[in-house]
Amino acid sequence: MTSAASTTAPVTAPGHEEAAQATPSLARRTLQVFTGNKLALTGVVLLVLLLLFSYLGPLLYDTEQTHTDLSQANLSPGTDGHLLGTTDLGYDMVGRLMVAGQTSLEIGLAAGLLATLFGTVYGAVSGYFGGWVDAAMMRITDAALAIPAMFLLVVVAAIITPTKGVLILIIAAVAWLSPARLVRGEALSLRNREYVQAMRMMGGGGARAVFKHIVPNAIGTVIVNCTFQIADAILYVSYLAFLGLSIPPPSADWGSMLSAGITYTQNGYWWLIFPPGIAIVLVVAAFNFIGDGLRDAFEVRLRK
Amino acid sequence: MTGFLVKRFLQALVVLFLVSIIVFVLLHMLPGGPARAILGPKGTPQQITDFNHQQGYDRSLPTQYFMYVKRLFTGDLGDSYKLNSPVFELLKQRLPKTLLLTVLSTALAVVIAIPLGLLQAVRRGKASDYALTGLAFLLYATPVFFLGLIMIILFAQVIPIFPAEAPQGESIGELLKDFSGLVLPVVTMAFGIVAMFSRYMRSAVLDNLTEEYVRTAMAKGQSSRRIMVRHVLRNALIPLATLLGLYLPTLFSGALVVESMFNYPGMGLLFWNAAQGSDFPVLLGVTLVVGIATVVGSLLTDILYAVLDPRIRSVA
Repeated sequence: MTSAASTTAPVTAPGHEEAAQATPSLARRTLQVFTGNKLALTGVVLLVLLLLFSYLGPLLYDTEQTHTDLSQANLSPGTDGHLLGTTDLGYDMVGRLMVAGQTSLEIGLAAGLLATLFGTVYGAVSGYFGGWVDAAMMRITDAALAIPAMFLLVVVAAIITPTKGVLILIIAAVAWLSPARLVRGEALSLRNREYVQAMRMMGGGGARAVFKHIVPNAIGTVIVNCTFQIADAILYVSYLAFLGLSIPPPSADWGSMLSAGITYTQNGYWWLIFPPGIAIVLVVAAFNFIGDGLRDAFEVRLRK
Repeated sequence: MTGFLVKRFLQALVVLFLVSIIVFVLLHMLPGGPARAILGPKGTPQQITDFNHQQGYDRSLPTQYFMYVKRLFTGDLGDSYKLNSPVFELLKQRLPKTLLLTVLSTALAVVIAIPLGLLQAVRRGKASDYALTGLAFLLYATPVFFLGLIMIILFAQVIPIFPAEAPQGESIGELLKDFSGLVLPVVTMAFGIVAMFSRYMRSAVLDNLTEEYVRTAMAKGQSSRRIMVRHVLRNALIPLATLLGLYLPTLFSGALVVESMFNYPGMGLLFWNAAQGSDFPVLLGVTLVVGIATVVGSLLTDILYAVLDPRIRSVA
């Protein structure tokens, strides 16, 4: 029974190391397809560079990012050793991009993972139990999906003052719907497989079915969707900042930097606008490239 | 067909009920409850008690929900306490303008996305396919307000051919009269949609190319152009209708950002201004209306889908 589950479970699933050893060619093939995908590799390289920039950068390039210095405000790039100039509060732009990158990446990753975790369990339970449980659980997701995410985010952010934790929670609260529906679809077909029915006949309960069989077998879909969720979460952070609902200064994320720059469109302060904007595009594109590559890789594995 | 429609209609009713519950819960999540939100921080405890009694907020929650829904049916969405006007009246002025923006942008996006997706599918795996796929990804990864900002910098500042602000008219006719003002908002919103639709078109066309009817048509010696247009395109277009229904919430979100960006006088701008001023009756009223519009919209597209595609009817 476990072997039946393991052979279809992807090699990356935690707790399935024996499966990885049993089918090394499968693992290699999945990896081969992924590394053969130029866009996916570009995504990985981009992501590693952005991570290094945000986390290693401040160690090599030390700047003041807490106290403002208005005498140094809005300097154009190259002035006084500021590579990309300074912001309207006198922060060095390059140093600010590094600190802001940490916030954007952390909120995006945390919200994406949280949404995936909750959505996966919700969808697996809904699909596995079926019947009226499924109908009720799915109508709830329908209703939550009917209210556009951005509207819900703005209302909640207007009620609660945003902090890093609050942003993670409210973004996850609107993002879990898509993994929930995807995993539910998989669970609907998995619940009728022989090994799940055999387990049930031997007296296995619902929790065992959901966590030992449904979730591990849907893990490919879950991982792919998770990368897209992280990308979307980073976009949501930036949209919230644009709508005026971000973590208060001196904290910053790429979205709030970009929104702050909008005020200076008329002044031609391009360095306040393009660097954070391009950083958002690059990180979101990177996660999408990786997700797309993973999807192709997992599909090959299923076709084996 | 009738069975399918009845079942789908009942489902929509249940979802509408749940949407109203979500908004009702949000109303009670307000700091200090609705009384504090409406009377403001200066409201005395006595005023708050009076207000709660007068509005029925001291009754049980189910009774309150019942009263809330009863008010909704009479079109009473509460009053904006910043704009001094009933939320219903504000929405009546703003909603048509948002619909205009959404319809124009979606139409433009579909017109661009169909040939783009078709081209990518035909050139599958070639350089042009990769280039367009990469471009679609980049477009998808660009926040709509960054896209709008680039548009403003390029076409209102560097080459000043379009105004950076949307037209400010009372009626749709006035908005349309100032057409050059509509260009940047519509194009910005359309670009955001193209990124989603062209990828969908590409895979829908690829799926259809492997179908047996394509082989049959080829065997009959039809030209590839005729096969693409008469068979593949027509079949790939049917699910696009459903996709439009599915993307309604995304479209509304896009409108919210584009309207705030270009100061376009629609529902999104109303909502954005309400968020800045904590005007909760407006925030919740707009949220409810957008939710209802999405449910009704997706119900209509499902019906349309069933009418267009006979296979759905027989399955249901």
